[in-house]
Amino acid sequence: MDVTALLDSTIALLPQMIVLITGLIILTLDLFLTPRSRYLNEVVGLAGLFVALLCTLGTAGAPRQVFMSMAVVDQLGVFFNATFVLIAALTMLLSASYVRREGVSAGEYYALLLFATTGFMFVAAAADLVMVFLAIETLSIATYILAGLLRDEPRSQEAAFKYFILGALSSAFFLYGIATIYGALGSTNLLTLAQTLDRGDVSRLLLMGMGLLIVGLGFKVAIVPFHMWVPDVYEGAPTAVTAFMTAGPKAAAFAAFLRVFFQGFAASPMAHKWIPIFAVLAALTMILGNFVAIAQKSVKRMLAYSSIAHAGYAFVALVAHNDLGASSVLYYLVAYTLMSLGAFTVLMVVARHEEQPYAFDDYAGLGTTHPLLAAVMALFMFALAGFPPTAGFAGKFYVFSAAVQAGHYVLALIGVLTSVVSVVYYARVVMLMYMHEPHGAAPIPHLAPTTKLVLGVTALGILYMGIFPGGVLRLAERSVQFLF
Amino acid sequence: MIPIAHYLTVSAILFTTGAIGVLMRRNALIMLMSIELMLNAVNLSFVAYARMLNDVGGHVFVFLSITVAAAEAAVGLAILLTIFRTRETVDVDNLHLLQR
Repeated sequence: MDVTALLDSTIALLPQMIVLITGLIILTLDLFLTPRSRYLNEVVGLAGLFVALLCTLGTAGAPRQVFMSMAVVDQLGVFFNATFVLIAALTMLLSASYVRREGVSAGEYYALLLFATTGFMFVAAAADLVMVFLAIETLSIATYILAGLLRDEPRSQEAAFKYFILGALSSAFFLYGIATIYGALGSTNLLTLAQTLDRGDVSRLLLMGMGLLIVGLGFKVAIVPFHMWVPDVYEGAPTAVTAFMTAGPKAAAFAAFLRVFFQGFAASPMAHKWIPIFAVLAALTMILGNFVAIAQKSVKRMLAYSSIAHAGYAFVALVAHNDLGASSVLYYLVAYTLMSLGAFTVLMVVARHEEQPYAFDDYAGLGTTHPLLAAVMALFMFALAGFPPTAGFAGKFYVFSAAVQAGHYVLALIGVLTSVVSVVYYARVVMLMYMHEPHGAAPIPHLAPTTKLVLGVTALGILYMGIFPGGVLRLAERSVQFLF
Repeated sequence: MIPIAHYLTVSAILFTTGAIGVLMRRNALIMLMSIELMLNAVNLSFVAYARMLNDVGGHVFVFLSITVAAAEAAVGLAILLTIFRTRETVDVDNLHLLQR
């Protein structure tokens, strides 16, 4: 690899580099900031993300492999990079008041946030299984620390520990899968794998490797039966981090699924093996996620199960394995990002302090005491439940149409029925807000402008994507065109 | 010469031992060691396959995975340390605040 190729590759991955460097800058900058100038952390972070977004839009074009076929720059990567920048930017804005309230050291927090984002973006750019592994580790290690950021809070410690142990376990499975596939096919490059699979038949060793990859990635997406860490971790982690975790690592793991299974293992003898497995996992995830969510006593835990259920819906689109399936995964991930980040922002505001139990009762009478906040929360709940005209409805509509198109009628039916079940627990929050008397809790302090901005952006985004779903879907379709 | 299959068998046994260790042991430090064992089992099979395929790639991956394992162990120990500071134990049976 000569100097020009190195330079060219580096420029192709400029968005990732910029996010990484921004993180390093914040880490250093924070040492020189006084409490009054601490807002510069957020300013620098958002500016860096904005530049990264511009760069990533500039790299759009024909797919090309860089860094000796380790990474790839294509439309899919661009779409995911834009989504990850959105996730990071919204998380930064919603954390601004949270970091001050809970006394988290801001420099480390934002730096880790950006390091994790770098990991997400590298997953989306991976062209090699080893690269996928390294990128997932980058994002996981940063998120382990984020989950345990409230160092003196036992619940946060516990969440970090559980996340760490199960995350490391899943990484080991994933790595073993890579080793097995390397042994079976002699390569770890996804495009080479696709070509090899097109010619040859499927060996037992290869199937074992594929199974291990599904286990490893399944943990990251939190698909049933690899979901057991989710409720505890999402409940114990700082709420701003939980919001980030429901959106970012999940989207990144779906990016890995698309890269590995839609690009590497797309050949039909292989696809016939993994599609039935995915179908069973998707069905289990939708059923368990939605039914267990009903029984929860804490809103945060309820949203954790809801996030499991939503991963199940997005998984249905993977089962479909057609172009509508691939583009609806992308659409669903953007929609879920907005819904989830919005809902967790409200949760953060209503809880007032981290030690709160996030009880449903906190929401009683919110409609009379804080009408605007209640209206936004109601919108998020309806969107998560999949009511029109929200992004949640459009997303589910595309996902289930993709399943029907591919002939998976039962799966689509399970999806629709479990969506109906999910209304039970989402409507509970809405009913508490509008049909119960307020129980005289201390009023919620005034919202910070950054928090208002997040709520505004997510709410309008959900409505925009629900009423005019075509825009984002067309972008998604263009991003996955080269896969089929 | 020892055939490749032997190396792979040892690797599979080590990996399973590690996985069982993570799931069964109650001491967090031993769970951490078991994870290291699993990662090293994978390294062994990477090297064995690389030898079988006569490919340098597998050897290089081992270096990458050792680096990742080191980073992971550092973070894991740091998390354990915070837990030990508040609870003075690393027994996972004491981590039950989040269960109901």
